[in-house]
Amino acid sequence: MSDPAPRQPIHDYLAELEDIPGTRIFTAARARKGYWINQFAMSLMKADNRARFKADERAYLDEWTISEPAKQAVLARDYNALLDLGGNVYFLSKLFSTDGLPFAEAVSTMTDMSWPEYRQMMLDGGRSPQGNRSIKGGY
Amino acid sequence: MARITAGIGSSHVPLLGVAVDQGKSRDDYFGPIFAGYDWTKQWVAEAKPDVVILVYNDHASAFDANIIPTFAIGCGERYKPADEGWGPRKVPDVEGHADLAWHIAQSLILDDFDMTIINEMDVDHGLTVPLSMMFGQPVAWPCKVVPLAVNVVTYPVPSGNRCWALGEAIARAVASFPEDLNVQIWGTGGMSHQLQGPRAGLLNREWDNRFLDLLEADDDAVRHIPHIEYLRETGSEGIEMVMWLIMRGALGKAVKRLHRHYHIPCSNTAIGHIVLEPAP
Repeated sequence: MSDPAPRQPIHDYLAELEDIPGTRIFTAARARKGYWINQFAMSLMKADNRARFKADERAYLDEWTISEPAKQAVLARDYNALLDLGGNVYFLSKLFSTDGLPFAEAVSTMTDMSWPEYRQMMLDGGRSPQGNRSIKGGY
Repeated sequence: MARITAGIGSSHVPLLGVAVDQGKSRDDYFGPIFAGYDWTKQWVAEAKPDVVILVYNDHASAFDANIIPTFAIGCGERYKPADEGWGPRKVPDVEGHADLAWHIAQSLILDDFDMTIINEMDVDHGLTVPLSMMFGQPVAWPCKVVPLAVNVVTYPVPSGNRCWALGEAIARAVASFPEDLNVQIWGTGGMSHQLQGPRAGLLNREWDNRFLDLLEADDDAVRHIPHIEYLRETGSEGIEMVMWLIMRGALGKAVKRLHRHYHIPCSNTAIGHIVLEPAP
């Protein structure tokens, strides 16, 4: 094994992960905070759970130990709020499929674009990394 | 003896599976993507691997938020396609190679890699989409598969350096398996994409191609790219490319590039793949 440089200190590593514009890296802190949001979303993998959720979303959410703001964010399908509360997109995607929403369309709701605008941006080559790499650095 | 004869790095975008399953792979949108894989399909049909070690990540299918293995190896006899919320893909079950998988698991643990061993699991698009891209729609997959699932979701994910070293250890494990087997290793995921937040939709053609250049190079500089560079340059889900380094590490210092293809976009993602052989 070759490891020429000493390992970066953990706090520097974690601080860098928070320095990306418009991005919530799924750190241990978020994984811990959003654990039950993600487990709730995971439960929608089962058809009978999907049916119960669709029949009464609020009642189904009340079976889970998740906070009121998180429940409101689920009901509103506010995915940016759910990311802030520790949700992860691969778990939240169970909610996309429960709603019958294509993945990319659901992703577009987290941006400032409409779905047709977002789709056109992707066809035109996607979002440029220019100016989107670092909050502090602004590059 | 068993030997690793080739490696493939490839995207595993779920929409590609949908395109195959719904017969859309030659339409205007998907045509240029699938045309790029035509060469590889023909090559792999002639190369006839007995086993593919398939490095991928589970997308909240087999593993929930409870248990998060960094490196997990499938040692079972058979794996079913996972239901990812739309019903399971109608593709063949994946046949494992339990003898080889258990041998690799033991060898890796003796080599100081603390593997998680999986006996039963369903496999999601991360594993079945690359099979569809390389083999099309056969009645049964033409080779056995050793699934190797990597955590690239919850941080810290393994470093590129560690992934490369795991690949080296996998090559040693395969070389010490007594049966005569033609083994390929595929690293999947990527290339640039971000599926979350206001920055979603980020793509980076220039960086992705530099990464492909580094994979072809006769040195191991690519293993030292830090996580933050993948994240800044290629989006939060671009980190999946560390899984390609397990493939690359298994091929040794020098490689010969047989094929390479890149296309933007597929859904939210930049599609790329590369076929490499260990250089003699």
